[in-house]
Amino acid sequence: MIPFNFDYFKPETLEEALKIYSSEWKLGKKVIYLSGGTEVITFARGGKMTFDSVIDLKGIPECTMLEMQGDDLVIGAAVTLNRLVESNHFPLLSKTVRTIADHTSRNKITIGGNLMSKLGYREGILPFLITDAIAVVYGPAGTEAMPVDNLAAAELAEGQFLTQVKVAASNLDLPFVSMKRTRSSKVGYPIVSLAALRKEGRIRIAFSGIHEHPFRSAVVEGILNDETIEDQQRIDKAIAKLPTNVTDDFIASKDFRKFVLNKLLTEMNAVWEGSR
Amino acid sequence: MIVSNTGKYTVVSLLVNGSSQDIMIRSADTLLCTLRNQLGLTGAKQACGNGDCGACTVLVDGKPMHSCLLLTMEALNSGITTIEGLRHSPVRQAFVDNWAIQCGYCTPGFIVNGHALVTEHPDAEDERIEEWLQSNLCRCTGYQEIKDAIKSALNANNLLDSNGIDTAEQ
Ligand SMILES: Cc1cc2nc3c(=O)[nH]c(=O)nc-3n(C[C@H](O)[C@H](O)[C@H](O)COP(=O)(O)OP(=O)(O)OC[C@H]3O[C@@H](n4cnc5c(N)ncnc54)[C@H](O)[C@@H]3O)c2cc1C
Ligand code: FES
Ligand code: FES
Repeated sequence: MIPFNFDYFKPETLEEALKIYSSEWKLGKKVIYLSGGTEVITFARGGKMTFDSVIDLKGIPECTMLEMQGDDLVIGAAVTLNRLVESNHFPLLSKTVRTIADHTSRNKITIGGNLMSKLGYREGILPFLITDAIAVVYGPAGTEAMPVDNLAAAELAEGQFLTQVKVAASNLDLPFVSMKRTRSSKVGYPIVSLAALRKEGRIRIAFSGIHEHPFRSAVVEGILNDETIEDQQRIDKAIAKLPTNVTDDFIASKDFRKFVLNKLLTEMNAVWEGSR
Repeated sequence: MIVSNTGKYTVVSLLVNGSSQDIMIRSADTLLCTLRNQLGLTGAKQACGNGDCGACTVLVDGKPMHSCLLLTMEALNSGITTIEGLRHSPVRQAFVDNWAIQCGYCTPGFIVNGHALVTEHPDAEDERIEEWLQSNLCRCTGYQEIKDAIKSALNANNLLDSNGIDTAEQ
């Protein structure tokens, strides 16, 4: 049971959502947006989050659309992970989100909720990081577009919310790998999760599980693309250049995460080799 | 726009197992709470409360969802099916026939999820069955009987023609 009360609103337009946010905020209330709601409910029940008002974005057409518009795939923030898998517009995204949580949860978890999650994993962002996807946000300053890597809750202004992510059509069907290792069962948070693709002969790669936040690193990518050194050397060098503070927790130690990453990068090389 | 407010109970209409019911809820009530405490539908079970075990699974517009991770307010314009609405599901009978039950606490969740699987993917292969069943935990059985039950329901389903008539008996 959620041990406190709150107001629940389900607007039908972007403007309406923002108007509610502003008027509740002016009354001194703590307002939050909700897409799938699974994290909001879990955190509220466990006492990790309190709020006075909830704005559910599932009634807003811009947030629930999933379609090609001109040269872009437009993904609404409130689109569920299973809808992404089933539509399969972007095979790398489908494969990556298919490993998040379990099938029933994926009927409720949304891509916007995953990208804005307070948990560090946010695996759904990996395919967007390596395709230079654009996040569309709406707020007091109207509609704004920003690189998806700027999308940390701290960087959204008061009242702003994520409405869509756009991916260029030219990036949807590139050769890719998506790999994840968990501690025991198939369902679980990642020890390491990676998404990679090849564009114009170069590998682009992003990781979750290794660090507090998912990331793509120009240095690591540069090393993995350096064909003057042997495969294993490349992997060792890339791992040595990971951001500091590799996660060390009850799921896996820092050294074990690096070991697993080493294995996955070796597997990734084998996949690329095989497809050459 | 749907609104419900703090402190007070809000009267809402919920469509459960084909019948519309007026109930009083808090905005903070999960669907699991509402089903069990307001409607007396205790088939969906409270266990982890975190989306990890599947004991609370119900169908929302035909899709399996964890009712512990759904606000009742989110389900207002949807059709909800609980285990109580699946008395005649072939999956329920398959669980009996295959001895797929021990203590029974997880069983409603498995049957509801299995029913959605059989309906949505009547020709589901092992990989899909595995993927769907990962959403439910059972602490008693070894899962084999549960898989057997789902498979036998899938096979039986394939013997029904599009009108739901058992072609094997004709
Ligand atoms: C059983 C289970 C297993 C999981 N396993 C994994 C896993 O393997 N990998 C992984 O990456 N994650 C995993 N998660 C975490 C999950 O992906 C996140 O908790 C995600 O936030 C849930 O999405 P949601 O749509 O339900 O989010 P919500 O609960 O709606 O929102 C999450 C947060 O984002 C904010 N928010 C939501 N939408 C917007 C928006 N449009 N604009 C601005 N802010 C917004 C909310 O205010 C809230 O703070 C798991 C979760 C569960 C329940
Ligand atoms: S009680 Fe809902 S998933 Fe466990
Ligand atoms: S039969 Fe006891 S938990 Fe499954």
